[in-house]
Amino acid sequence: MKFIEDIFAKVRPNFEKGGKWEKFYYVYEAHETLFLAPNSTTSARGVQVRDAVDMKRMMMTVIIAMIPCLLFGIWNAGHQHFLAIGEVADLTDKLLMGGILVIPIVIVSYAVGLGIEFTFATIRKHEVNEGFLVTGMLIPLVMPASIPLWQVGLATAFAVIIGKEVFGGTGMNILNVALTARAFLYFAYPSQISGDVWSYIGDGQAVAGFSGATPLAIGAAAVEGTTPMVDMLNDSWTAGIYDFWNMFIGIMPGSIGETSTLMCLIGAAVLIITGVGSWKIIFSVFAGAFVMGTVCNMFGANEYMLLPAQYHLVIGGLAFGAVFMASDPVTAAQTETGKWIYGFLIGVLTIIIRVFNPAYPEGIMLAILLMNVFAPLIDFYVVGANKKRRLKRATV
Amino acid sequence: MSQNIKLKKGFDINLAGKAEKKIAELSLPETFALKPSDFVGMSRAKLLVKEGDTVKAGTPIMIDKQVEDVMYCAPVSGEIAEVVRGAKRKILEIRILADKEIQFESFSKHADVSSLSKEAVIDQMTKGGVWPNIIQRPFGVVASPQDTPKAIFISAFDSHPLAPDTNFILQGNEKYFEAGVAILSKLTSGKVHINVNKDSADFLKSSKAQINTVEGPHPAGNVGVQIHHIDPINKGEVAWTVHPYGVAQIGKLFLEGKYDASKIIALAGSEVKTPQYYKTYSGAAINKLVDGTIKEGHVRYISGNVLTGNQINSTGYLGFYHNQVTVIPEGDYYEFFGWITPTTKKLSFHRAFGLLSFLGGKNKEYTLDTNTRGQHRAFVQTGSFEKVVPMDILPTHLIKAIMAEDYDDMEGLGIYEVIEEDLALCEFIDVSKNEIQSILREGIELVKNS
Repeated sequence: MKFIEDIFAKVRPNFEKGGKWEKFYYVYEAHETLFLAPNSTTSARGVQVRDAVDMKRMMMTVIIAMIPCLLFGIWNAGHQHFLAIGEVADLTDKLLMGGILVIPIVIVSYAVGLGIEFTFATIRKHEVNEGFLVTGMLIPLVMPASIPLWQVGLATAFAVIIGKEVFGGTGMNILNVALTARAFLYFAYPSQISGDVWSYIGDGQAVAGFSGATPLAIGAAAVEGTTPMVDMLNDSWTAGIYDFWNMFIGIMPGSIGETSTLMCLIGAAVLIITGVGSWKIIFSVFAGAFVMGTVCNMFGANEYMLLPAQYHLVIGGLAFGAVFMASDPVTAAQTETGKWIYGFLIGVLTIIIRVFNPAYPEGIMLAILLMNVFAPLIDFYVVGANKKRRLKRATV
Repeated sequence: MSQNIKLKKGFDINLAGKAEKKIAELSLPETFALKPSDFVGMSRAKLLVKEGDTVKAGTPIMIDKQVEDVMYCAPVSGEIAEVVRGAKRKILEIRILADKEIQFESFSKHADVSSLSKEAVIDQMTKGGVWPNIIQRPFGVVASPQDTPKAIFISAFDSHPLAPDTNFILQGNEKYFEAGVAILSKLTSGKVHINVNKDSADFLKSSKAQINTVEGPHPAGNVGVQIHHIDPINKGEVAWTVHPYGVAQIGKLFLEGKYDASKIIALAGSEVKTPQYYKTYSGAAINKLVDGTIKEGHVRYISGNVLTGNQINSTGYLGFYHNQVTVIPEGDYYEFFGWITPTTKKLSFHRAFGLLSFLGGKNKEYTLDTNTRGQHRAFVQTGSFEKVVPMDILPTHLIKAIMAEDYDDMEGLGIYEVIEEDLALCEFIDVSKNEIQSILREGIELVKNS
């Protein structure tokens, strides 16, 4: 690949100090380092060799972990469309339909986000961080397939500027950037991201009896009702759509990437095996949700509380949130003990918000954002305990 | 009570080019150098000689203005050839043109060191050039003779990549080592601890000091990690550490009455044709060592090991505390899609996509070059530093406290317990490519001078 090296070597002087495009050095550098791992060497003092991993590879590992969710989401978006309008379609049709719906959202998310990243890097004169590679994929995966593209762009811009750059950029943000995008839409344009928006109908005519209600919407109805919620799920407009295993596999309406617990678990396996994601956080979110679900069962004041705890793990975005959002290393608790507490509380809060707060059918988004804010406090106490141990030994 | 410590955290960097246990002939280099920069914390070096003076091995040639009692002596006899200075006339190197036959300054000999008083011991050690072997914790600086440490720690093995075998480089020094331990025991109010592993030679274990066993991956051999588990340092306390080579050198000063800076060093690394040991002196120019022994190509010469050593050039000098010279390839090349291409050749503690070195097993040897493998980024990943520091310390938070210049947090999070080598693995595995060791040193300087 010598010719690529030659091309970069030829244009490099233009971007270096004194060159005519000096201002855009970091934009150039981001492109160069994409093709060519840099030739920089270690300092004369300190370690003389470095581990092979870098931020790019780490972030790319997260994106690879999301690919099962993305591919399944594309298929499912198509599948739900044809299911809702009652047409029989083959795999290609479903993928094509899903692709038409999903790919533009991915493109808009990356285009807007990277545009802002490049702008900030140029203004602030620092390297383009790889953080947005992951965020850019997370944002589409937590959107309904029917979301207007301009809203995706607006939410991405809001999240990157207000959620991240005002705090100093990658590594400095307090709130998960992708969830900030979703929360923005949730509060700014609620009609496009809640209610019957999860299945794209398009120009088609929905079949008789079609209901866009997700399991969470059914849950909200179950609070007032008398029918056991499992029965309500099983009596949905099309047979079997909300039975446990179908929900585990994820063939149901929902945000593009988050319906399938199975695909999220495959992603979790990738993150855990590669050591990029914290298994402690992922596991403890599920554990917290299951424990809180069981506690609800014990009190059982209404039908939603009586929903078997394991159902909570497969409905809504719990699995996706646990695997890809809660484990975001920047916004999560950073101490190892803190990670257990942080994850567990996210799980508990998710179920509390779902079951007890009628205003918000889904709880994981708010639970994670809330715990993002509390993560530094958890760390403060864990770090404080470490300091105290040291102080106890002191004799002076 | 001796202690048995088993460490699980850490990481062994298994590099190609281990030195074979064979001492090769090497003629004496023409020049030797004493470098003030080798002695961490020495801020104001003062020369005691000038260019053209003749010195013997053991003649004081420099002092630290802050600790004037401690002499820094010439390792060999000869003529002061050149004093190399940098910006603001800072002394960089004091070069000595060596005699063919080394002449020694004579110091008093003692057949029985046990009868010596503490004052007599300190006096001879500080004048005889061996005192700088004693490193003080906290801060990792040359110890002050005025202090009385709560304990003295000797790590009898080195777990760094390609490190020389301590048993091998100390061969023939058994009685000097024993005398050295006896002398050191006079300087502390507490115990002398010798920390050994299962491979340590019997003479290292038979001394009167307290023998502790330490097992585990690197940094198990780091004396700081051992102190943390045996008798941790708190604010206001002082402990001393000495490398086993220094212990033997101290013993020799008293038994033989001379400052003998001869040492056996390992020439190791993937770019060395036949990695093996050589006998030379402290501060030796490495030009003769690397002449004809290194493979063709663009290489980096390192005085010390790949985690904590310093880059020197092919005519540079061996550091005072170093017992090895490592030669590895330079990594100043671009690599097409190098950040994502799957490979089994690059070593990684992590298992991120395409990094398959973990499949090679523990015994596979790697050839690593000096490429940084990525660029500097903000801290993002968490939890990995904690996996390579076998201490009850939170390295990520300590480093962040230093960057924020938060003195209370630095103290609270254990800055008194660590020096650069203890966090070197953090720097190696850091995804964000921060210079952890230099950040730590800045923190130590802040706390020390506060």
